[in-house]
Amino acid sequence: MSSRIAVAVTVNGQAISAFVEPRTSLADFLRNDLGLTGTHLGCEMGVCGACLVLLDGKAVHACLMYAVQADGQTVQTVEGLSESRAIADIQQVFHERNALQCGFCTSGMLVTAHEFLSKCQDPSRAEIRDALSGNYCRCTGYEAIVDAIAETARGRADRAGIPSQAEQAAKSDAEETPS
Amino acid sequence: MTGSLGPLDRPNTYIGRSVSRPNAKRLLAGRGRYVTDLQLPRMLHAAFVRSPYAHASIASIDISQAASAPGVHLVATGADLAKLCKPWVGTLDHFSGMKSPPQQPLAVGKVVWAGQPIVAVVADTRAQAEDAAELVVVDFEELETVADIDAARAQGSPLINPEIGGNVSFHLKVESGSIDEAFRAAPAIVESTYLFGRHTAVTLEPRAIIADYDPSEERLTVHHATQTPYQFQDIYSRHYGLREARVRVVAPDIGGSFGMKLHVYHEDMAVVGLSIMTGRPVKFVADRMESFVSDIHARDHRVSARMAIDADGTIRGMDVNDVTAIGAFSSYPRTSVVEGNQVIRLIGAPYRFRNYRADLDVVFQNKVQTSQYRAVGHPIACAVTETLVDHAARNLGLDPFEIRRRNIITQDMYPYTSPTGYKFERLSHEACLEKLYALMDYPRLRREQAALREKGIYRGIGIALFVEITNPSPAFYGVGGARISAQDGAIVKITPSGEVHCLISVGEHGQGTETIIGQIVADQLGVDCEAVRVFTGDTDVTPHGGANWACRGAGIGGETALQAARALKRNVLAVAAAILQARSETLDMRGGQVVDAESGNARIDLAEIARIAYFRSDTLPHDVSPQLTASHHFAPKGFPFAFTNGVQACHVEVDVETGFVEIKKFWVVEDCGRIINPMLVEEQVRGGVVQGLGAAFFEECLYSDNGQLQNGSLADYLVPMAGEMPDIEIAHVETPTRDTELGAKGCGEAGTAAASAAAMNAVNDAISPLGASISQIPMTPQRLLRALGHA
Repeated sequence: MSSRIAVAVTVNGQAISAFVEPRTSLADFLRNDLGLTGTHLGCEMGVCGACLVLLDGKAVHACLMYAVQADGQTVQTVEGLSESRAIADIQQVFHERNALQCGFCTSGMLVTAHEFLSKCQDPSRAEIRDALSGNYCRCTGYEAIVDAIAETARGRADRAGIPSQAEQAAKSDAEETPS
Repeated sequence: MTGSLGPLDRPNTYIGRSVSRPNAKRLLAGRGRYVTDLQLPRMLHAAFVRSPYAHASIASIDISQAASAPGVHLVATGADLAKLCKPWVGTLDHFSGMKSPPQQPLAVGKVVWAGQPIVAVVADTRAQAEDAAELVVVDFEELETVADIDAARAQGSPLINPEIGGNVSFHLKVESGSIDEAFRAAPAIVESTYLFGRHTAVTLEPRAIIADYDPSEERLTVHHATQTPYQFQDIYSRHYGLREARVRVVAPDIGGSFGMKLHVYHEDMAVVGLSIMTGRPVKFVADRMESFVSDIHARDHRVSARMAIDADGTIRGMDVNDVTAIGAFSSYPRTSVVEGNQVIRLIGAPYRFRNYRADLDVVFQNKVQTSQYRAVGHPIACAVTETLVDHAARNLGLDPFEIRRRNIITQDMYPYTSPTGYKFERLSHEACLEKLYALMDYPRLRREQAALREKGIYRGIGIALFVEITNPSPAFYGVGGARISAQDGAIVKITPSGEVHCLISVGEHGQGTETIIGQIVADQLGVDCEAVRVFTGDTDVTPHGGANWACRGAGIGGETALQAARALKRNVLAVAAAILQARSETLDMRGGQVVDAESGNARIDLAEIARIAYFRSDTLPHDVSPQLTASHHFAPKGFPFAFTNGVQACHVEVDVETGFVEIKKFWVVEDCGRIINPMLVEEQVRGGVVQGLGAAFFEECLYSDNGQLQNGSLADYLVPMAGEMPDIEIAHVETPTRDTELGAKGCGEAGTAAASAAAMNAVNDAISPLGASISQIPMTPQRLLRALGHA
C-alpha cells in the first residue's frame, strides 16, 4: 500500500506534482493533500454528486476515480471555478434565490449547472430537473436550485441578446394569431 | 395578521423581509468549514469493527494483529472504554414506567444490532485504521433475532435486554370523553390499519466528530457536527468525569441535520474516550454505509385507528392503537418514545371532537435505534387523521374541504385544549383552508379530474390539515430530568466602530438562523444588517442554550435576540442621553445613529458613542458607566408549546398499469406566526415537504428477517430527486403568538408534518374509482399494484 506513484496534474490552473498511494481517490487527494475541501464526499460511490469536479472540462465524480488516473489532465474544483469567476453569475443567483441550505451538495450542483448551461442555453424547467438527476440535495427540495439555474440561463441570454424559447413562442403565437 | 405589535411593523423594518443569507456566499465558494474538512496537528483517525449479526454474544475478541499493524496507535474494546465512560440510560422521568438498558460506547459481551461498533482502531490515517480493523477477530455466538414487532411481544420471545424482563419499553394510554358511547350506534365508522416504514435522515454530510483532549489542562475540545453543542458539553463532561468549564463543543458548518445530529451515538462517545486514551485529536467520519447502520432511523409504526362519524359528517370520536419499534434500546438523552407520545397526542388535533382513546406500545427489536427526526410523530398522526377524514367524506359523499370545514376548531373556540391535553393559543384552520382552496383553484382541478377519468387517466387531489409543535418549554424534556435547555441566551455588543456582534445559543445548519437573528438585532438597534455579525455554535463563546430542535430557533432564539438587543439599546440610549444632555426616552436608534424619536433628526452617530464609551470615558459624567454589551436569556413561560398550523395539498397522476405516481403539483398554506424572513420560511417548508414526499413514495430501510439492513447504500435507498419532485406553491397566514413580543413560531418541520398525508389522500383519491386504497408508506409501485389487484 505504501509504494507511491508520481502524478502530474493541473489543478485550478496550477501544475501539481505529487506522489500518491495508488488507492487514493481523486477526491481524497484534492481534499487531504491539496486542501481543496470544497469538493465534498457524500456517498463515495458516485451517486450523490457532492464530489463532482471538472476533469478536462467534463464533470466527473472525484470519489470514483483514483488520483493517479488524473495524471496528465486538468482538474477544476469549485475553488478554481470561483476564483476564475467562471461560475460567478450562477453563484450570485444561487445566493439571491437561497438555492442552498447546508451547502454540502452545493459544489456539485454548481459543477453540474456550469456544465449543463454551457451546453443548453435556454433550458425548460423539466430539462433542468433532468440535468440534476445526479445531484442529491436533502435540504432545499430542489425548486430553488431549478429556479436559480433557469434564472442564470435567462440572465446569460439577456446579456447576449438572445430571446428565450418562451419569448420566441409568444412572438410566433402573436404573429400567427389573426387580430 | 392579527393584532399590531407596534415597533416591529414600522417602515423599513427588517422583520418580514427576504434577506439573503450572508453566510451562504462562503458555502457557494467552496469555503465551508465542515468537521469533515478539519485537520488538526497530530490528529489520528478512528475506524470501527462492527457487528455482522443483529443479535449475538461475543465469545472472544483478538486484537493482537490489529494492534501491530502499520500506523496503528490504539485498539480499544468495549471493556477498555467502559473504564473511562459512565454508561447512559435513555429514559426520562415523565414517561412513567419507561425502561431501557444501560449503554456503553462499544459493545460489551453481546451485540444487539447489525452494525453495532465493537472495537475501535486508531491510526495515523483513516485507511490504516480501516486496514487494521479488518485484522480484528471477534468470535460470536449468534442468538435468535427479534426483528418483528409482533414477535417481540409474543410469549417466549427471546429477550433483547434480559435485565428488563421483556421487550416492551413503554406503554401509554390516553383517554378522554366517552369513546364507547361515541362508537355505539354511530351512523358511520371508518377504520384502517397503517404501516409507516422505517426511514432515515441521510444528511448529505455524514456524522463527523473530532475529539481533542489535552491532558496538561484536562481540557476537552470536540469539533462536532451537531445541532446541540451545549447538550453534548454536558454529556461529555458528566460521562467522562471532566469539569464542565473545561469541555468545549464547537459546531462549525454542518452538512444537514434534520434532528439526526442531536442524539448520542456510540462512536461519538467512543471517540472522546479514544482521545483521552491517546492524548491526541481523534477524528471519526461515518462513511455512507456506516451512516445507514448507525444513524438513528425514524418512524416504524403500525397504527390501527377508527373514527365514528355522524350522518352530517361531524366526527364523534377516534380510537387508536399505535405500536412502534425503536431498536434495541431507547436513545439518549431524548429517548425513543417521544415520537409515539406525539403520535397519539397529535391525532385529531385540527378537529373539535372530544371522545378519544389511544394506546401506545413501544417495543424493542434487534435493529438500530430510532429516535427524533424532522416532524417527530407528526406525519403519522396527520396521515392517520387525514386519511380517515377523507375516507369518511367518501363514504358520506362529502367534499374533502366540506367535511373539514364542519369539524375544525374555529376562531370562537380559542384558547382550546385538545382531548390529549395540548393547549392551543390560537390557530387559523378556517383561513388556511379557504386560502388553499383559492390558491390551488380547487374547482378547476376537480373538473379536470372528472374529464380525464373519462379518458382512463387517474388523477387525485389530496389535502391534509396539520398542527405542529414548536417553541417547546421545559415541559418537553426538562420536567423529565433531561439536562436539555428550553431557554436560550444571547450577548449583543457594540464594537468600538459602532458595529454589532451577537453571540447566540441557537445554531446554524443551513436553515438561516444567523440571518434571521441578524435581521432582528439590526431591526431593534436601527442598524444595517451588514453591520451585524452573528456567532453561533461554540460553547466557549456563545451562551448556554437549547440550540436547535422542535422548531425553536426563530421563536425562542429570535425572542432572545430581540430582548437582548432591546436591553443593549436602553444602554446605548442612556449613554447618548448623557452625552446629549437629553432624556433617553426622547431618543431612538435608526440608520446607525441615535435620533430624536419624534422628528427622526440625527443627534449622534452610534460609532461616536462607541468611540467615547471605549476610548474617552473620561469625558462622560462620573455617574455614567457605559455598558455596550448586554445579555439576555429567554425561555417560554406562557403556553407549554406554540402550536402552528396549516394545510397542504398534493396533486398526483397514478399510472394504474405500472403503479408509478407522478407528483404534478404541491401547495402549502402555513401559519408560523410572525414571519421574519419569508424566503427562508418558504425554503424550510419546501425542503420539509420533499422529505415528507420521500417518506410517502421512496424511503424505507428494508430489513431481512434476521435483522440485516438490505438497502444500506445511497444506490439502494431511494431519496427524492429533482426530476421526481414537483414545484411547491406556498402561501401564508400570520397568527403571531402573544407569548412573546416577536410573535414568531417555528416552521422547519411543518412541511414534513403533512406531506405524506396529503400524498396518501391524493393517491387514494386517484385510485378510489377502481375500488382500491392504500394505507402503507412508502407507496411504492409494487404496493400500489398490489392495492390495485395486479399482484
